[in-house]
Amino acid sequence: MYKILKAGKLANNIYEMVVDAPRVARRCLPGQFIIAKADETGERIPLTICDFDREAGTITIVFMPIGVSTEKFAELQTGDSFCDFVGPLGQPSELCLESELEETKKKKILFVAGGVGTAPVYPQAKWLHEHGVGCDVIIGAKTKDLVIMEDKFKSVCDNLYITTDDGSYGRSGMVTKVIEDLIEHEGKTYDHCVSIGPMIMMKFCCLTTKKYNLKTIVSMNPIMVDGTGMCGACRILVGDEVKFACVDGPEFDGHLVDFDAAMKRQTLYKTEEGRALLAYREGKTHHGGCGNCGGDK
Amino acid sequence: MAAKGMVKVPVREQEPKVRATNFKEVCLGYNQEEAMEEASRCLHCKNAKCIEGCPVNINIPDFIAEVKEGNFEEAYKVISKSSALPAICGRVCPQESQCEGKCVRGVKGDSISIGKLERFVADWARENGIKPPAPETKNGRKVAVIGSGPSGLTCAGDLAKLGYDVTIFEALHEPGGVLVYGIPEFRLPKLDVVAKEVENVKSLGVKIETNVIIGKSVTIDELLDEEGFEAVFIGSGAGLPMFMGIPGETAKGVFSANEYLTRNNLMKAFREDYDTPIVKGKKVAVVGGGNVAMDAARTALRLGAEVHIVYRRSEAELPARAEEVHHAKEEGIIFDLLTNPTEILVDENDAVCGMRCIRMELGEPDASGRRRPVAIPGSEFDLDVDTVIMSLGTSPNPLISSTTIGLDVNRRKCIIADEETGKTSKEAVFAGGDAVTGAATVILAMGAGKAAAKGIHEFLSAK
Repeated sequence: MYKILKAGKLANNIYEMVVDAPRVARRCLPGQFIIAKADETGERIPLTICDFDREAGTITIVFMPIGVSTEKFAELQTGDSFCDFVGPLGQPSELCLESELEETKKKKILFVAGGVGTAPVYPQAKWLHEHGVGCDVIIGAKTKDLVIMEDKFKSVCDNLYITTDDGSYGRSGMVTKVIEDLIEHEGKTYDHCVSIGPMIMMKFCCLTTKKYNLKTIVSMNPIMVDGTGMCGACRILVGDEVKFACVDGPEFDGHLVDFDAAMKRQTLYKTEEGRALLAYREGKTHHGGCGNCGGDK
Repeated sequence: MAAKGMVKVPVREQEPKVRATNFKEVCLGYNQEEAMEEASRCLHCKNAKCIEGCPVNINIPDFIAEVKEGNFEEAYKVISKSSALPAICGRVCPQESQCEGKCVRGVKGDSISIGKLERFVADWARENGIKPPAPETKNGRKVAVIGSGPSGLTCAGDLAKLGYDVTIFEALHEPGGVLVYGIPEFRLPKLDVVAKEVENVKSLGVKIETNVIIGKSVTIDELLDEEGFEAVFIGSGAGLPMFMGIPGETAKGVFSANEYLTRNNLMKAFREDYDTPIVKGKKVAVVGGGNVAMDAARTALRLGAEVHIVYRRSEAELPARAEEVHHAKEEGIIFDLLTNPTEILVDENDAVCGMRCIRMELGEPDASGRRRPVAIPGSEFDLDVDTVIMSLGTSPNPLISSTTIGLDVNRRKCIIADEETGKTSKEAVFAGGDAVTGAATVILAMGAGKAAAKGIHEFLSAK
């Protein structure tokens, strides 16, 4: 069992948990992920590591409930435990490797974070800050209440740009507009961009940075089962090659990722998951079987 | 009617029509009377060929002689000397090409049902609470075993019997490896058989730490240098699923057999009370002809689909166990033999809506000795399916080899290990099972685990 030392909320529907997982905390690096399972009958859910404390042996995860399993996660309180918690999985971010530090120091780095994807950007920015590398960060959110971790970012980056879709906080509009404004109107130049957020945001972010020939790394979060390369559920097209996000990624060159195919694959279990979520919330009341709704077909 | 003694005692099975709709075990096994009657057919050969046919060299005539007399506990002790997992092997070994294939009885009639007798003895022992005897002395020396599949469990069990302090590290949340994620419930019950065999290994003093990925959570070098282990056995299994490289393979509705089976077996998607989603499919094509393909096909059938096995050679070349092919046919799996997919057809949502195939014929034998399948020009046709399961084998997982300094792999990325001792190129590191051979069978992995346990004991005794 993996004890939850602290459970809290970063926003209305965004949860943060600090989990006791010394084997993971000892070796993990920014960019890697864990797989958690709430209980015996739960799914294995991959989540990118959002912070770690090697001495305390803890890992911080941040998530937004979207299905039965993450909804179960959200119900867990401080003092409860995850049944299973394994990692670190995947490759570390190429920016956060000691061996590449001299090269990294020469780069002007821009992070583009969206929604709940803001959280996994934090350990990268923090690692760079601790190693004397500066960076700029754009955080995009739908509305003011969904902007998370603002203060934490302020302490680790050079410039923080916040934008909301509805203009309720910071700048107004999508992150792509901020990228364009910074580069075209505010005299900024960058050599390396990392974008983490919803797939649709990463796609458009990559289309934008491509115009400026700005190398952009994205963190993919496809459907996974084991997370060790065994099942192949997480395969995505990068260039012309099939890659497994769990062992080859989760970070890839965003200009080569086939986002459209990845987004379609993401919807594979949509209907079934939705039905399961309703069944979980409302009990086994009406989720197919009436003969009318087609839910049992 | 054949003369008495020429024909094996038939084993009771669930009716094909009934079992095609449930996940309960297909084969019901012998009862005491049936087992004793079948055992009485054994000639107790002095120079028993069956023992040679067994990768772990169980003294088959001796255990069968005990069964014949009704001494089932004694029979269990005979088997336990050589095998840590008899309830599993009795169910999943390819006996027809091993022990039973060498049986002298088989020359003129049916060979003895050695597998079914082994299963009977192991099940009887479990039901009567008989456990393998615990080791008498402990030497306190620590050995790490990576992976809790057949090779790891066997190696750990044998080392524990020799007094070693063994810890198994398992990447998944359940111990058992392929026995849990790969082989379905209807062939190998998880709670009654696999979990109990794992308990037996634990009762020897073996510790199992789940959720530890060697190469990620901790490396082999750290186990040796920092965690006090004096030797390591790598039994990490086969690894990454292969795909064909044809158009449409990343479409929705295309799965590796590994994924399909893991969702259903390890994650129990077939059970209402588990949260795991699975695509059931109405018409499913399983590409491949091995045991894993049969398992995937029969799983899809039980989830309610019409299922086709699509295999490029003919029936004679099917690599699956004869019993699995027989069971699959009985249950209504359709075999599209001498057929090879060329493209997976997708609709506007990138979901599978068919599979383009081409007819094949057998040409000259290839390097494997099997006749090479050759496409017949112009014979393309579309198979109407909504789900495709690729069961083409696996390539080794690089997680361990890429993070262990000085561990040599061959051209196919399999770990190089000595067959007799399991020794690898790295001091104190041994390996066996699918990680070394590529995808093979449970019993071969057990044989390798056994050999490595001996190799590790010799290595540590000399140290």
